Amino acid sequence: MSDVTKEQLLDFYKTMLTIRKFEDKAAELFAAGRLPGFVHLYSGEEAVATGVCASLTNKDYITSTHRGHGHLIAKGGQVDKMMAELFAKVTGYCKGRGGSMHIADVDLGILGANGIVGAGQPIAVGAAFANQYLKNDAVSVCFFGDAASNRGTFHEALNLASVWKLPVIFVCENNRFGISMNQKDHMNIVDVSQRAISYGIPGVTIDGNDVAAVYETAKDAISRARKGEGPSLIECKTWRHYGHFQGDAGLYKDVQEQEEWLKKDPILKLEEKLKVLNFAKDTELKEIRQQIQGQIDAAVAFAENSPEPSTEDVLADVYAP
Amino acid sequence: MKKMTYAEAIRDGMRVEMQRDANVYIAGEDVGKFGGCFGVTAGLFDEFPGRVLDTPISETAIVGHAVGAAAAGLRPVVEIMFIDFMGVCMDELFNQAAKMRYMFGGKAKVPMVVRTPCGGGMTASAQHSQCIEAWFTHIPGIKTIMPSTPADAKGLMAAAIRDDNPVMYIEHKQLLAMSGEVPEGEYVIPLGKADIKRAGSDVTIVAWSWMVHKALAAAEQLAKEGINAEVVDLRTLVPLDKECILQSVAKTNRLVVVNEAVRTSGFAGEIAAIVVEEGFDLLDAPIVRVTALDIPVPFNAKLEAVYLPNETKIIAAVKSLF
Repeated sequence: MSDVTKEQLLDFYKTMLTIRKFEDKAAELFAAGRLPGFVHLYSGEEAVATGVCASLTNKDYITSTHRGHGHLIAKGGQVDKMMAELFAKVTGYCKGRGGSMHIADVDLGILGANGIVGAGQPIAVGAAFANQYLKNDAVSVCFFGDAASNRGTFHEALNLASVWKLPVIFVCENNRFGISMNQKDHMNIVDVSQRAISYGIPGVTIDGNDVAAVYETAKDAISRARKGEGPSLIECKTWRHYGHFQGDAGLYKDVQEQEEWLKKDPILKLEEKLKVLNFAKDTELKEIRQQIQGQIDAAVAFAENSPEPSTEDVLADVYAP
Repeated sequence: MKKMTYAEAIRDGMRVEMQRDANVYIAGEDVGKFGGCFGVTAGLFDEFPGRVLDTPISETAIVGHAVGAAAAGLRPVVEIMFIDFMGVCMDELFNQAAKMRYMFGGKAKVPMVVRTPCGGGMTASAQHSQCIEAWFTHIPGIKTIMPSTPADAKGLMAAAIRDDNPVMYIEHKQLLAMSGEVPEGEYVIPLGKADIKRAGSDVTIVAWSWMVHKALAAAEQLAKEGINAEVVDLRTLVPLDKECILQSVAKTNRLVVVNEAVRTSGFAGEIAAIVVEEGFDLLDAPIVRVTALDIPVPFNAKLEAVYLPNETKIIAAVKSLF
C-alpha cells in the first residue's frame, strides 16, 4: 500500500463516491418510476472498478456486465451521458438504444455493459488479441461476477487467453450471489481464483473492498500483461448493497451478514484511511461529497431535459454502411 | 480467368484480402498447418505467418473473441468447422456481434466473417448435414451469404471481408470440389445482388447454394418438355435482392422456391411471403416450395435422398403450376 499517494487515494475517493451517488440516485429514480427498464446497482463494489481502472488508459479495453455503471464511471464515462442513457434519451451514450445494461463507449475502450451473464469474457479475449496482434501495448480487462465463472464462456475464454498468452486481466467481483443463489450453493469452492490453476495462469483472491489492495494487485497484473507475460485472474471479495436488480429486496441475504458487510463498506474504509493517514479532514470529505452530489443532480437535470430519440431514426445503425 | 475449385476460390478470396489488409486474420479449429478440415485454408498458414491461428475446440471463444477483435479494429475471418456447431456459439453471434452496433448507438462496428460449411448428401447424418441459414437471416445486424459457384465464392468472400458488419459466409460441402472459371486478383461481388444463372420465360425457380445446381439440372429437363425456366441464384439472403426476384416473376408469372433446409420456418417461406405481399398480381399460379422434410437429417443414404430436395421434386413442383 505504501506507494499509493495521497492524490491517488483522493482520486479513488472521488470516483467511488461518484459511483455511489450515481447508484443511489438511480435507485431513487427507479423507485419513483422515473427510469424505464431494469437497473442493477453496483453500490458496495466501487473499490473494484476504481482500483482496477486506475491503471488503464483509453487505449485499454474493458468488458462490463449487467451491473456496469461502476465500471463505466471508473473507465472515464461521463455521468450526464450515462444518466441520459438510463432515461433512454438521445443524448445518452447509446442514443437511448441500449439502456443501463448496454452502455458503451468504444472511444473510451468500453466494449459495453452486457445483458448476458458471462458474455464479456470471450469479447475481452478478442480485444486482447487485437492488442497483441497490433503490438500496441494495450490490455483488456474483463469484469464479471462469481456466478459468471460457472458459464462455459469463462472456461473457453480463459483457456484461449492462456494458450495465446494474451494481455487480458479477468477480474471476478465475487459479491457472493448469482442473483439469489449463494455462492456456496452454486459452486463447490470458496475462492474463484482457484480456477486459474486449470489454465496455468496466476490467480489471487483479495479484499475487494480495499481500493488500495485492488489497485496494487491489478497494477501488477496489468503490468505483466503489458510486458507480454499473459493473463491473470483476480478475485475481489465484495458485497452488493442492493438486491440483484432494483425491486429485488434481497431477502435471501442473511441479515447479520449484510450488517457486517455494510460495516466493511469500501467508501467508509477509504474515508477512515484518509483520516488516519491525515490525508483529508472531515470538512474536506464533506466538500467532495457535496461537489459530487451536485454533478449527479446536474446529470439528472441534463437527462430529464434531453429529447427522446426520433422515431424516424429507429432503423438507423442496424448495419454499418 | 483461371480454373479453380470452389474451395480454392474461397481461399483465393481470403488470400487477396489478406494481402490487401494486414488486419485480416484467420482463426479456427485446425485451420493452420492442417489447412482446415475441408482443406479450404491450406497453405495460408505458411503464406501469412502469425495470421492463421489454430484455436482449441472452443466455438464460443472462436466467435466470441472475433467480436472483441473486430470491435477493437481487426477483421477476423473465423471458421466453424460445420454449420451444425453454430448452436455452441449462438449467443456470441446473435446477442453480441449482431446487436453491438445498434445497442451502442451506432458507435461500434463489428467487421467479422464466420465461414462455415453446410449441407447434406454425404451421409454425414443429423449433426453434420444441416442447412440452418434461416437462423441467421432471422437476426437483424447479420448478413448471410451462400455462394453457389467458384467465381461467386471468391467475389463474395472479398465483399464479406471488406464489409463492416458481421457476415455469415456459408459454404456448401457438395460444392467444395466443383471447378469453374474465376477472375484473378481483386474480385468483389457486391452483397445483395442476385444472379440469374439461367434465363427463362415460363417459371422462376429461386434457389441458393447447392440447390442452384439442382434447379439448373431440373431446368434442362423441363426445357426438353417445352417449359423454359429461369433460375435465380440469390447468392446473399441478407441483404436480399427482392427486385431481381420480383422482376423475374413479373416475366414468368410463376414461382418455385427451392431450399435444402427443413420446410417449417425456412427461408423459402420468406421468399414466398415477399412475393405474395409485393407481387400477388404477378402470379398466375400458387407459389410452391421444394424443401427438405421436417425431420433430422437421416444417416442412411436412401433415407437422406428422400429427405433432400432433388431434380425430380423440382420438376414435379414446376409441372404442378401448369
